[in-house]
Amino acid sequence: MSERIRFVVDGKPAEVEADPAMPLLYALRDNLSATAPKFGCGLAQCGACTVHVDGRATRACITPVSAVKGKRVTTLAGLGTPEKPHPLQTAWIAEQVPQCGYCTSGWMMTAAALLREKPKPTDKQIREACAGLKCRCGTHMAIMRAIKRAAGVTA
Amino acid sequence: MIALTRRDLLKGAGALVVSFGLPGVVPSALGHGQKPALLPDELDSWIAVQADGGVTVFFGKMDMGQGVDVAIAQIVADELDVAFDRVSVVMGDTAFTCNQGGASGSTAIQRGGVTLRFAAAEARRLLLARAAEKLGAPVETLTVTDGVVSANGDSQKKVGYGELIGGQHFHHKLEWNKQYGNTLLSKGQATPKKPSEYRVVGRSIPQAVITGKAFGRAQYVTDVRIPGMLHARVVRPPTAGCGPLTVDESSISGIPARVIREKEVIAVVAEHEWDAVRAARQLKVTWTPPCTPFPTTETLHDHIRQAKGIGNQTPINKGDVETALKGAHRVVEAEYEWPLQSHASMGPACAVADVRADHATVWTGSQKPHYVQTGVAKLVGLPAAKVRVTWIPGPGSYGRNDAGDAAHDAALLSKLTGKPVRMQYMRHDGTAWDPKGPAAVYRGRAGVDANGDVVAYDFSAKGFTRMDVDPREGDPRETLAGQMTGYAPKPTIIFQVPAESYDFANKRCGWECIAPLLERASPLRTAHLRDPLGAETHFASESFIDEIAHALGADPVAFRLKYVKDPRHAAVIKAAADKAGWTGTPNPNRGKGAVMRGRGFSYTERIGTVVAVVADVEVDRRTGRVWARRFTVAHDCGLIINPKGLELTIEGNIVQALSRTLFEEVRFDRDRVLSVDWATYPILEMQDAPEKIDIVLLNRPDAPATGAGEPSTRTVPAAIANAIFDATGVRLRRVPLTPERVKAALARA
Repeated sequence: MSERIRFVVDGKPAEVEADPAMPLLYALRDNLSATAPKFGCGLAQCGACTVHVDGRATRACITPVSAVKGKRVTTLAGLGTPEKPHPLQTAWIAEQVPQCGYCTSGWMMTAAALLREKPKPTDKQIREACAGLKCRCGTHMAIMRAIKRAAGVTA
Repeated sequence: MIALTRRDLLKGAGALVVSFGLPGVVPSALGHGQKPALLPDELDSWIAVQADGGVTVFFGKMDMGQGVDVAIAQIVADELDVAFDRVSVVMGDTAFTCNQGGASGSTAIQRGGVTLRFAAAEARRLLLARAAEKLGAPVETLTVTDGVVSANGDSQKKVGYGELIGGQHFHHKLEWNKQYGNTLLSKGQATPKKPSEYRVVGRSIPQAVITGKAFGRAQYVTDVRIPGMLHARVVRPPTAGCGPLTVDESSISGIPARVIREKEVIAVVAEHEWDAVRAARQLKVTWTPPCTPFPTTETLHDHIRQAKGIGNQTPINKGDVETALKGAHRVVEAEYEWPLQSHASMGPACAVADVRADHATVWTGSQKPHYVQTGVAKLVGLPAAKVRVTWIPGPGSYGRNDAGDAAHDAALLSKLTGKPVRMQYMRHDGTAWDPKGPAAVYRGRAGVDANGDVVAYDFSAKGFTRMDVDPREGDPRETLAGQMTGYAPKPTIIFQVPAESYDFANKRCGWECIAPLLERASPLRTAHLRDPLGAETHFASESFIDEIAHALGADPVAFRLKYVKDPRHAAVIKAAADKAGWTGTPNPNRGKGAVMRGRGFSYTERIGTVVAVVADVEVDRRTGRVWARRFTVAHDCGLIINPKGLELTIEGNIVQALSRTLFEEVRFDRDRVLSVDWATYPILEMQDAPEKIDIVLLNRPDAPATGAGEPSTRTVPAAIANAIFDATGVRLRRVPLTPERVKAALARA
C-alpha cells in the first residue's frame, strides 16, 4: 500500500507517495532525483548510499522511507556547496581523493559525522569510524589525508 | 568559494543534463558548415578551435578516474601553445570520437596521447600559416602565447586562434595507419615539440571533475534518466549453466512490473525502480536441474593441474634449460597458486538504452563504447552507424567488468519493450556474474651451480585464459545477453610470462591454458581484470626470485641487480632500495615475537614501465593478520605528464593490489558462485590500509611516456609475500594471504 511521506531533503521539503517499506535510497534517487547517494550493494555493506538523518550517518539502502517521516535528510549534495563548502569537501578537492568517486557519500558523510563528535580524531579513531566503508579504487591513503586535513590534524 | 568551471560541467556535473537535453551530448556549435566525416585521417576528428579560442579535443579513450583526460589536455595545451584551462576533452562518445580502443591496457597516454600530440602540433602549424598570411609576416617570425599569435617585435601585429579559425573546420587530412583501436595512429606534417619546450606537461594540474564528485554533483551512468524510461532488473539462474523452464508471472501480480523473456534472458521492467527491484526478488522461475560444472574453491587448483591443456606457448626459450637443470649443483623449486578474482566494482553495472526501429542510443560506463556500438548493433539488428554509444563514468572500472553486459542487456530489453530501458544490476549480479580474473598454478625451477650462480631458470604457468570473453564487447557472443540468446562464446587462448630483464644463461618461460569450466554464460568466465594476469604471474615469478635469493643466502636486492641487465630496470630497483633504506642484511628478528616485522622486495616491468616495491609488513602470530604498514615504490614510466596524478594513480594500484593479495578470492561450489556481495567477497577496508606509501618518480623526459594505470599492480603481491617470509621465515605460495592461511602456515612451520 502506498503512503504519503513527508521529510526534508537538503533543507527543502520533500514528499513521496510510496511503499513505506521502500528503502530511502529509491525515494531519494528515483522519486526526488537526489542522486548524490549511490546504490552500491543494497545491503549496508559498502556505504555508497550514506546520508545524514537528523545528523546521523545512515545507510539509505536499508532504511525504510517511512522511518524518515518528518526528519531531516542530508545528502552529500547538501553537506556543502561550492559557495559554502564543508571542510571535508574542500579537503577532498585539495587532496584529489576520487578515482571513480562512486563511494564518496560513504566516506564523506561518515567522516562529517565523526568530525562533529571528535573534531581532532586520531588515526585509529578515523580507521575505526570508517569500518564497513568500501573504496574499490583504493583511494584510502588520500581519504585519510583529506579527513586529517579537514580536521586540521597533521600526519 | 569553489568555482565549478565549464570543464566540470562538460565532464560530468549535473548541470550537463539540464543544459544540453540528453546526458553526454556535446554542444553542437563546434563549427559552422559541414564537418568532415568522423575518420581518423581528418584533423577535425581530433581537434576543434571555437570562436572564443577555446579548444575541444575528441579523445577515443576515456578516463577511469586517474585523470588521463587532464594529461591529454596538458599535452594538447603544450603543442598548441594555449592555456591549459582553454582545453576541453570530450571522451568516449561514438558520435564525436574515433575508436582509439577505449580505456585499455594503460595506453591512454602511451598510445592514445600520441595521436593527440601529433594532431595538436599539426593544428598549430596550420594556424600559424593562416596567421602569417593575416599578419603579413613570415611564419618563422611568429610566436604563440595562450593562443594568440604575434609577429616578432611588433606588438600591434597579433591575432588569436579564435579569430583565425574559430567555429570553422580545418578540412585537413592526416596520415592514418588505417587501424582502429589501441594501435590507431594518425599524424600530420608538423614535428611535435621537444620535451625541453614543455610548459604544461610535467605540472601537477588537478582534476576539475573531482570538484563535482566532492559536491555530489558529478553525473554517473547510474544517474542517467530518459523520459519514458523503464527500470529493469535481471533474474539470473541460481545455478550456473541452468536455463529457465517456466516463469510464473502471477508471482509478481501485486507489483506494477512485468516480465520480459528472450530465450534464457529473464528480466523485469517497471516504471518505478523499487518495483523492478521487488519484482526481480519475488519472481518465481523454475530452472533446469543443476549441472555441476565446477570443481570447488578448494579443489580448483588441483583441477587446473590435472586438466588437459588446450593451448600453450613458450615465448622465452634461451639456451638449454633441461640440460642445465640436470647438471646443476642444486635445484630450487616452488609452486604458486592464484585464485579467481572479481572486479567487484564499487557499484554493480548500469546502462541506459533507447532502441528504436531505425536507430539506437546507449549510455554506458563500459571502457569500450566503440565496441559496445558494434556489439549492440548486431544484437538488436541495426547498422553500427545507427547506434550511438555515449560513455558516462560508471561505478568503477578495472577492465572488462560487468558494464558491457549491462549495456547489451539494456539494449535487448529496450528493443523488446519498445521503451528506453535503464538496466542496473543488483550487487549479486555484479559480484557473482562479472567476468573473473583467471586462476592459475605457477611452477618455478632454478638450477644453481657450485659457485651459487643461476645457470637455469624455468618458469611455467597453467591456468585459464584471460579471455573467455574479449574485453571488447564488439560482438554479442562476448556478453551474457548474447550468450543467453544463442550466440556461442569464442574464447581466445592467451596467457602471459613474467616481464623482467633477468639474464640467466639458460631461461625458459612458458604457459599452458585449460578449457573453461562451463562453455556458455558462465559466472566464472574470465576476462581482463586490472593488469590482466600481471598480479597473478608476477606474484609467482617475483616470489620465486626471492626464494632463489634466500636459498643462496643472497640479499634479494643484490641478487636481482646481479642478473638484471636493463640499466633502467636496475636504476628503479636501486631507487626503491635507497628510498626504503634497504640494508641488505638478514632480518635478525625473523620469526621472533608476537608481532613479527619484515620487509620484502619485488620488481617488474610492463610494456616499458618499470616498478620496484619494498613492502614493510607486520604479521600477528596469534591472529594471522598481515598489516602491510608501509610501501616504498620506485616508478619509471618515461616522460611524466602529471606527477601528482601519477602518484595518486600508483597509490590506487598499490592499495587495490594489496586488497587482492590479502583478501580476495571468488568462492564457489559445484553449481554456483558463493561470492555474491561484500560479506562473501571481502576487500580491503580502512583498518588494513597502509600507514604510508612513499613514491619515487623517475622522470625520463626523453623516453616516451608509457602506461601507469596498471604496472604497479603487478609488483605488489610478491613484495608482500616476500616481506611475510622475511618476518616469519614462512613462505606463503597461495593467494589470498588470509589470516587463516597465515596462521595455518605458521602452525606448520
